[in-house]
Amino acid sequence: MKKLLSKKNLAILLGVLLLYGVIQALISLGVLRTFHQVNLITICISVIMAVSLNLITGFTGQLTLGHAGFMAVGAYFSAVMTVKWGMYFPVSIFCGAVLAAVSGALIGLPTLRLKGDYLAIATLGFGEVIRVVLLNTKYVGGAAGLFGIPRLMNWTWVFFAAVITVVVIRNLLWSSYGRACISVREDEVAAELMGIDITHYKVLAFSVGAFFAGLGGGIYAHYFYGLQPGTFGFMKSIDYLVMVVLGGLGSVTGSILAAVVLTLINVVLQQFSAIRMILYALLLILIMIFRPQGLMGSKEASLELFRKLGRRSGHGSLGSK
Amino acid sequence: MEQFYVFLQQLINGVSLGSIYALIALGYTMVYGIIKLINFAHGDIYMMGAFIAYFSVSYFHLGFLSALLISMAACTVLGVLIERIAYKPLRGATRIAALITAIGMSFFLEYVMVFFVGAQSRAFPNVLPALRIEFFGGKVFITGKELLIYGVTLFLVVLLQFIVRKTKTGKAMRAVAFDREAAMLMGINIDYTISATFALGSALAGAAGVLVGIYYSAVNPLMGMTPGLKAFVAAVLGGIGIIPGAALGGMLMGLIETFVIAYGQSTYRDAVAFAILILILLVKPSGILGTNVREKV
Repeated sequence: MKKLLSKKNLAILLGVLLLYGVIQALISLGVLRTFHQVNLITICISVIMAVSLNLITGFTGQLTLGHAGFMAVGAYFSAVMTVKWGMYFPVSIFCGAVLAAVSGALIGLPTLRLKGDYLAIATLGFGEVIRVVLLNTKYVGGAAGLFGIPRLMNWTWVFFAAVITVVVIRNLLWSSYGRACISVREDEVAAELMGIDITHYKVLAFSVGAFFAGLGGGIYAHYFYGLQPGTFGFMKSIDYLVMVVLGGLGSVTGSILAAVVLTLINVVLQQFSAIRMILYALLLILIMIFRPQGLMGSKEASLELFRKLGRRSGHGSLGSK
Repeated sequence: MEQFYVFLQQLINGVSLGSIYALIALGYTMVYGIIKLINFAHGDIYMMGAFIAYFSVSYFHLGFLSALLISMAACTVLGVLIERIAYKPLRGATRIAALITAIGMSFFLEYVMVFFVGAQSRAFPNVLPALRIEFFGGKVFITGKELLIYGVTLFLVVLLQFIVRKTKTGKAMRAVAFDREAAMLMGINIDYTISATFALGSALAGAAGVLVGIYYSAVNPLMGMTPGLKAFVAAVLGGIGIIPGAALGGMLMGLIETFVIAYGQSTYRDAVAFAILILILLVKPSGILGTNVREKV
């Protein structure tokens, strides 16, 4: 208990509650209008997706290009449960996430024997198969999409879902499970020789990552009224992968930072809709050429890091934790 | 008998589509073989090839052959430029950083084209004399377009095989793909060899673009995305890094897709391609023509 209530943890808790409180107050006062709220929710969903993908790709070293596929599973299943079976929505979102985790394990067991780019292509294939199956399933609306989902999500739900995702994944990574996952990334053969069951940890990372991707999908479904199979295509997976790589593979805070920054950049670029994608593409290329390890590398933003930065450049603020 | 005619006709269509996939897959497999990068921009080089041919035919009224040659030359330059500007600085970085750069390059080419020519499809003018050879009393037929696709593909594949097997540059390519450091120690110019690989691959993609423009009579800036992915799948199917494998994989991919459209549901065409990919990867990850490499510790 002493450790749990350390100064550092209390400071973080306070910071998180403060962030929530300030934004909730601004929403209640009507300062942040629907436009801002949509972007805040999108940021939180991006954080959930990027952190969960970082667990798979950044920490366990398994490159996957099908993360949006898990998101689709969670989104569609939870939407069907809420709309067609009349379930209470937290239950349906949770069930959607569980189903995504199960599909993650099912996909993971056979495909995780593959390495590197082969795994990437297999997961890409999986994501596309899910999309096409949804496209052809009449029950969930097919190509037209599934509509009429009530907007049951609000800032409170989504913010705390994101916080819980980050806390769970962070604690998982800082446990013996996390160390085992990192050892799989560093050297599979060496890890195996040390008695680590590689497949076990890969599947674990895959299903936990898929669970939170499913959660992100469920939230998406219950905020944006409708779902279309095209939303969860290859491009969506790439969007989240870009966040992970940009933030730094193996840095939770990096993923959060990149999710916030990239979502905001997208919002800003919307004003220049004609050249939005060109600028986005150039940004990607330039960042990768000049900083291939991502914004944070494998470091975590911490009070220590701020102190160091502060000593060097007067002050350095990197936004929210 | 009716069934048999349908089958033959689909076979003819499938080989046309397969030839185009094969041409794109060859570039993928060569680039992957030499720098282990999934060059996502490759599909967009193919799109650029189609557009360059479109402009040379509709604005400069050139014939098929000159349009093809101009496209191939322009794509060669484009491919080498992309490699020099975007991929070369990342040769020492992680593979995932290079992958993201390739994706960025792909977006860049696509949306620059959307910006300049608009996202809508444009009709590719007809440059070939109408030719239609009929068999079995017109139940099965082959058009001039298809013959042209077969001919150009066959010629280019044989030419590529010749370059890779018989010339000094080809030998250098194979050496660099096999062991880059050893090749460097033997005095092979790595930069030049990698550029040559991109040049060849991009020229083939350009040719594929022209052929697809002629075959479907339409071009648009986002046409490269799906065929690009499928061609990569084809390269994996045949065994990535293996040139005959890419040709075989592309051909199979085209045939499978055509038959799924003909006998199954056309909306499932993409899913079937990827499902086959997953199956192949599970059974034989090194691809049809690949050999298993034992892992050394």
